[in-house]
Amino acid sequence: MIDLDFFQYEFMRNALAAGLAASVLCGIIGIYVILNKIVFISDGIAHAAFGGIGLGYFLGYDPLAFGIGSAVLTALGIGMVSSRARVSEDTAIGVFMATGMALGIMLLTLSQGYARDLYGYLFGNILAVTRSDVLLILALTSIILALVFLLYKEFLLMSFDPIYGEAIGLPVQSLRLLLLAMVAFSVVILIKIVGIIMVIALLTIPGAISRRYMKGLPAIMAGSILLGVVFVTIGLLISYELDVPSGATIILTAAVAFFLSTVLSR
Amino acid sequence: MTDKIVSIRDLWVYRREHAVLEDINLELLAGDFLGLIGPNGGGKSTLLKAMLGLIKPDRGSITIFGKKPAAARSRMGYVPQKTVFDQSFPVKVLDVVLMGRYSRTGLLHRYGLQDRKAALEALQAVGMENRAMREIGALSGGEQQRVFVARSLVSDPELLLLDEPTAGVDSAQQTDFYELLCHLNRDLGIAIVLVSHDVTAISTYVSKIACLNQRLYYHGSKELSNEDIEKAYGCPVEMIAHGTPHRVLRKHD
Repeated sequence: MIDLDFFQYEFMRNALAAGLAASVLCGIIGIYVILNKIVFISDGIAHAAFGGIGLGYFLGYDPLAFGIGSAVLTALGIGMVSSRARVSEDTAIGVFMATGMALGIMLLTLSQGYARDLYGYLFGNILAVTRSDVLLILALTSIILALVFLLYKEFLLMSFDPIYGEAIGLPVQSLRLLLLAMVAFSVVILIKIVGIIMVIALLTIPGAISRRYMKGLPAIMAGSILLGVVFVTIGLLISYELDVPSGATIILTAAVAFFLSTVLSR
Repeated sequence: MTDKIVSIRDLWVYRREHAVLEDINLELLAGDFLGLIGPNGGGKSTLLKAMLGLIKPDRGSITIFGKKPAAARSRMGYVPQKTVFDQSFPVKVLDVVLMGRYSRTGLLHRYGLQDRKAALEALQAVGMENRAMREIGALSGGEQQRVFVARSLVSDPELLLLDEPTAGVDSAQQTDFYELLCHLNRDLGIAIVLVSHDVTAISTYVSKIACLNQRLYYHGSKELSNEDIEKAYGCPVEMIAHGTPHRVLRKHD
């Protein structure tokens, strides 16, 4: 049976709080990532964030803040490059992604005590989430929720038909950059929880499943948030009970649900 | 009905030192129904985009309703070339039509009751009111195209720009669609610019026709000479010369 001493530990409470906030974020941003077909871009942003994290370590500053900085810069960079159409978007992503990873590994190696942290950033370590991390995650989640609430009709039009949107005066380019910046923030938060390599799964799986069963964007988002909450909670519990890595457990829980829903909806 | 609504003078548009539009002059009056034909890459879409203010002229001027194109946007409706969208996109027909209200509602404002009413009326105008609550992907190609026309109508435009709206729509639905445009033009008095490949079909419906291949061949009427067409297409165009509804070409003696 499941031990209920689970909640006695502060790290466990922090982990759960961070996980739940992240689920809200994934539920909303993930849907836009899917609908705008920017899954690969989002993955690229996550990898590029690693460069910033490495730099933070190297200079002795907060790696997360540097991670957010480099993720946002990458997001805007990719957004600009693809609008200029000189370099194709996926080429740009490929370059940013690999450069970010290489920089991150190089800088972390040059810093002290890299090995444990390197592992944490690549594969996630939700149990290492601190109280101040939780507050940061909550603040970012609220900002993004507010933006989506205010710009709901604009994001809907941009996601559905950007060409038409542009023709009737929607600032498509600015909205797209804003969306990419929101993705960048979300991705860095998720890195804490499931790690760079697996970020994209948590961003896309809840939305992909919810889309099969729900109608209309608000319902799909709600379903996606709920699924995120379930995956994170179950994943954490299993990881705690079996003493296995939390990030991988959360992702595997989500993956199992995804395959089950694929099989069942056939 | 003699108001000048569109006035294009000496318009040149370049793309990388390459002229896409050369010395275009075009005037449209209220209630006009202009068919715009021409070969691929002839600049038809570019001309529409310039009229919407999405492309800036390198030379010359475009005046629409006495204003610059971008300022006149709220009085224009636009149906883009085959709207490519995810067929499983989770959005209802009514919400798609509401998107067309954006130019009136503006950034950050929510759609209100007035907007919903307008959306339902626009759906009624294209005969799609009973599909309002369906998902857009559940409709046939022709029905979707009608919804996109409704979306362009929802802002009560006085000028409608359509860029090859019948691409990918089967021929029975195409006929219905052209008849819908005629109805909008005649009964609601909306001026229309229709870009199409389908010369034979549109010549039955439009009141004026122009041919565009960098230069515009247009005489303010429904007639184009053989010479015009040959110049525009760069070769004699059989289909037009022998087209059945023989109204594109004047008879040559």
